[in-house]
Amino acid sequence: MSSVRVENLWKKYGKVEAVRGVSFEVKEGEFTVLLGPSGCGKTTTLRCIAGLELPNEGKIYFDHDDVTPLSPADRNIAFVFQLYALYPHLSVYDNIAFPLRAEGLPREEVRKRVEEVVELLQIRDLVSLKPRKLTSGQKQRVALGRAIVRRPRVFLLDEPLSNIDAKLRETTRAELKKLQKSIHATTIYVTHDQVEAMTMADKIVVMNFGDIQQIGSPHEVYHYPANLFVARFIGSPGMNFIPGEITRRETVGIMVNGASFIPLHGEQAEAVERISLSSSQVVVGVRPENVLVSPEVEAVLEGEVYVFEPLGAQNIVTFRVGTHLLKALLPGDTMFSRGERVSLGLKEIRIFDAQSQKLIA
Amino acid sequence: MNEFQRRQVKNRIIVVILVGMLCVYLFPIYWMFSTATKTKLDAFSLPPKWVWRPQIENFRNVFYVGAGGALGRVKGIEVKPKPSAFLRQLGNSIIVSFVSTLLATFLGALSGYVFSRMRVRGKDDLLFVILSSRMLPPVVIAIPLVMMYRALGLFDTLFGLIIMYTVFNLAFAVWMMRSFVDDIPIEYEEAALVDGYSRFQAFFKFIFPEMRVGMVATAIFSLIMTWNEFTFSLLLTGERARTAVPSIAHSLGTAGVNWGHIAAGSFLMVLPVVVFTFLLGGNLIRGFTFGAIKE
Repeated sequence: MSSVRVENLWKKYGKVEAVRGVSFEVKEGEFTVLLGPSGCGKTTTLRCIAGLELPNEGKIYFDHDDVTPLSPADRNIAFVFQLYALYPHLSVYDNIAFPLRAEGLPREEVRKRVEEVVELLQIRDLVSLKPRKLTSGQKQRVALGRAIVRRPRVFLLDEPLSNIDAKLRETTRAELKKLQKSIHATTIYVTHDQVEAMTMADKIVVMNFGDIQQIGSPHEVYHYPANLFVARFIGSPGMNFIPGEITRRETVGIMVNGASFIPLHGEQAEAVERISLSSSQVVVGVRPENVLVSPEVEAVLEGEVYVFEPLGAQNIVTFRVGTHLLKALLPGDTMFSRGERVSLGLKEIRIFDAQSQKLIA
Repeated sequence: MNEFQRRQVKNRIIVVILVGMLCVYLFPIYWMFSTATKTKLDAFSLPPKWVWRPQIENFRNVFYVGAGGALGRVKGIEVKPKPSAFLRQLGNSIIVSFVSTLLATFLGALSGYVFSRMRVRGKDDLLFVILSSRMLPPVVIAIPLVMMYRALGLFDTLFGLIIMYTVFNLAFAVWMMRSFVDDIPIEYEEAALVDGYSRFQAFFKFIFPEMRVGMVATAIFSLIMTWNEFTFSLLLTGERARTAVPSIAHSLGTAGVNWGHIAAGSFLMVLPVVVFTFLLGGNLIRGFTFGAIKE
């Protein structure tokens, strides 16, 4: 397996700039997820790495080899397509053996390697079937088998789980991650599903409008989103945002709704003091699980219960605070009725510049 | 009447309508067959005879030349049966239609692929130009064509006819094949490219087999069109390369209108197409519904 480095990648389709100067690095054996909404350029980036698209500008390196001018066949990569792209007229066995035959390996060697993969993915029962007879989960395994059989330098996956039903997706996610670790595969995985990204990735590259928004571990992008886009995109239900204004009383803090004062402490207070903002307008972000009703936390806002959605173990409660709605993820035993007035505490708030939308602290 | 009975009645009505339509469509074929197997007298009797003694005289006369098809002694002169040009013309028809159908289908498949997959400068305009070759009725371009064919020495040659029909069918084949290739997910080729195959290998190993259904459907249509084509064959050939269809019409003039003869010849012309279509019919239906049902 190789490491991958993408440098200043540009791809235009006519006037449309699909990818605008993207650079990132994937270490050997690392599971990197390109995450973003549809049309953000993540698939185009992946296709450039695969060699299926020729970038207008920029370079792609596998280890220290510049592969930018190489054809897909010469890059020794494996690509798993969203719709699997299993050859319909070939059996499962032949589908998996296919890339090996392209290399012209001897029959015995081909058999041995296909056997290995069949064993690894536990698809022995399927080998003689045609793809038409398989369920989508099975197709997906066979597609994976075809990918790993040739021992590629890099493993590229384009939304491979999006056509599997929800229940199966959960187990497949775990299996895929296990498989990736066991063969130590350098993996670049494209998805728009932030849950997939959070659960599987070592590193997440969040993209939007052809630009990289943030590169970081799942923990980083979740807890320290670089800007409002990332904050909004990751997490379900999404982060709450309340516009506010930096205000100084005894301590520095943020005034929201013109009435409630959220005091800042420690590093956040320092960071807000340190940078001189062109305006004092900010956006306060808080994850639903950090909106609290427990008496241990200092209450800073007054809310009125607006929607109550029980999920079983947890409840999603939407509060109306002034003119804003605030979603809270509360333990399943807390019950509210509509219109009830509740004092809310906030934990781990994030402050974004209202103008540039970037994270301040 | 409950829902179940109502549906039954509805089905019956549909069957009755279909049978009625079938009768209308099949009537010309019945008429052709009956005229071909009737004597001249029976064929012209009014009201038409529904029961007659079938005879194969007309079919024999298609293959043998006599005095107006009559054999035996005529005015004391022995008329020996002589093979007519029909067999040769039938041969011409077969050669011309099959060769041009194969050519058009193969070339259409290749260019359909290119039009579907590759970036071609002025793609839409090119496709329109190709289609426009089918917009004019053949008669309009007939005279310049005849002059060109004479000048080039293509007149009355099988080769000339094959070129003509290949071009004639190509427009249809290109459009048809393009839409077939459009329906084949591009991922198949990309998967093959990633797996280490060249573009050509990817095409011949994956796309070509996937296009088979479309090619068969295209071939059937092309063959039927070529087989039945009248105008070009009449205008661009003389004695040697003439195909069977215009030659049947030709017998209109020589010895009065021998309807029995014409009907027999027409009937023989229809048969191969019917057999061919029935053999490949399954593919034809699949071809029609190809785009409609996505897997």
